[in-house]
Amino acid sequence: MNPIVSFRNVSYGVGGKDILRDLSLDIESGETIVLLGRSGSGKTTALKMVNALLHPSSGEVIVEGTPTSRWDPIRLRRRIGYVIQEAGLFPHFTVAENVGLVPRLEEWPPEKIRTRVQTLLEQAGLPPAQFAVRYPRELSGGQRQRVGVARALAADPPLLLFDEPFGALDPVTRVELQRQFLELRRRLGKTAIFVTHDVREALLVATRIALLHNGRLAVLATPADFLRAQGEEARAFLACLDSTVEPA
Amino acid sequence: MTPDLAREIMDLTLEHLVLVGISMGIAVAVAIPGGILLTRRAPLQRWVIGFANIMQTVPSLALFGVLIPLPFIGGIGKHTAIVALVLYALLPILRNTLTGILGVDPAVRESAVAMGMTGRQLLWEVELPLAARTILAGVRVATVTTIGTATIAAAIGGGGLGVFIFRGLASVDTTLLLAGAVPAALMALLADGGLGWVERKLSRA
Repeated sequence: MNPIVSFRNVSYGVGGKDILRDLSLDIESGETIVLLGRSGSGKTTALKMVNALLHPSSGEVIVEGTPTSRWDPIRLRRRIGYVIQEAGLFPHFTVAENVGLVPRLEEWPPEKIRTRVQTLLEQAGLPPAQFAVRYPRELSGGQRQRVGVARALAADPPLLLFDEPFGALDPVTRVELQRQFLELRRRLGKTAIFVTHDVREALLVATRIALLHNGRLAVLATPADFLRAQGEEARAFLACLDSTVEPA
Repeated sequence: MTPDLAREIMDLTLEHLVLVGISMGIAVAVAIPGGILLTRRAPLQRWVIGFANIMQTVPSLALFGVLIPLPFIGGIGKHTAIVALVLYALLPILRNTLTGILGVDPAVRESAVAMGMTGRQLLWEVELPLAARTILAGVRVATVTTIGTATIAAAIGGGGLGVFIFRGLASVDTTLLLAGAVPAALMALLADGGLGWVERKLSRA
């Protein structure tokens, strides 16, 4: 089977600084690949190349068989859901308008958009009667993030990108949303690329983990294999799992 | 107050209003699209804002004086006054358009682009609505300033409430001075209050 996304010898530099170096990675349909790494490891840069927010300095990123440089960026982006930290919701749109954005850009009939938004909000655990007409500032962080995920799913894209989506949430909400993510994946079977610096989150949601270190791919492994990885950077991340806090 | 004075106050107030209205119309039509264009041309921003800043520092009487000998835009009369008033009104609108749009949360802008909005959709559906309040604040400041500055237009034959003020100054007649100053001040207060009200309406979202 052809990979849905394929990085081919991708490098990216800006101002003489290499952010990504010769990254090659195939992502198969239906898997959740986690790009794990420290700040500045290049994981978000790699993610943004998939929906052509950034372009490789050399090499190419191939999405559904076509290099991103040959895609119409507008068409490409409307086929890819995108969720970022703090959700990036439009503050002047209601929840329903936020969720219905891509269907509206795609010129769906209004009635179809309305039913789609209702379904998505119900699935997200946000009863439409209560939430549809609210503005993002009237929601909690967790609710905003649920709306962000619903918005990304709206036009039923085959591929979803998550850029540290749960990074700004309190630990309890974070776990709730991670559970919701897993349930969503089970139900919809979509391909997801998920960026995080949290090794626990990576182990929980990933089908495969790609560990990036200084712009290079350090480890590519299933969560089970990742736990046994020997590289220095992998061990540094795994060490986070052992650190338990002793009360003073 | 004689009926003649009352009638003249009405006429000159109307003339003043027309002067301010035309100047603000032109300034808004130039400065808002100009500001939008500038958000897309970062290297130009310093130059254009710098020019507008300099215009702002030229004393108004001097600017009217400088404009008079110029061909086409200069001379004595209303059009010269309008040119000067437009030059003054540009800066606050231009600067607020620029800061309003550049002040849109980068995360919001990025998700708009990532959702597949075209440049035009990004501008009309995200940047302008979110910047509207700031842009309007610029229009409000410019309008209030223009109402005041327009009184000086009378010095070069532009008409308006300044006619009373200059006449009052020349004849040391307080009544005439007030006949010009009070309506101008009221007009400024009304414009400030009215545009402020619209601004608060917009801030709902």
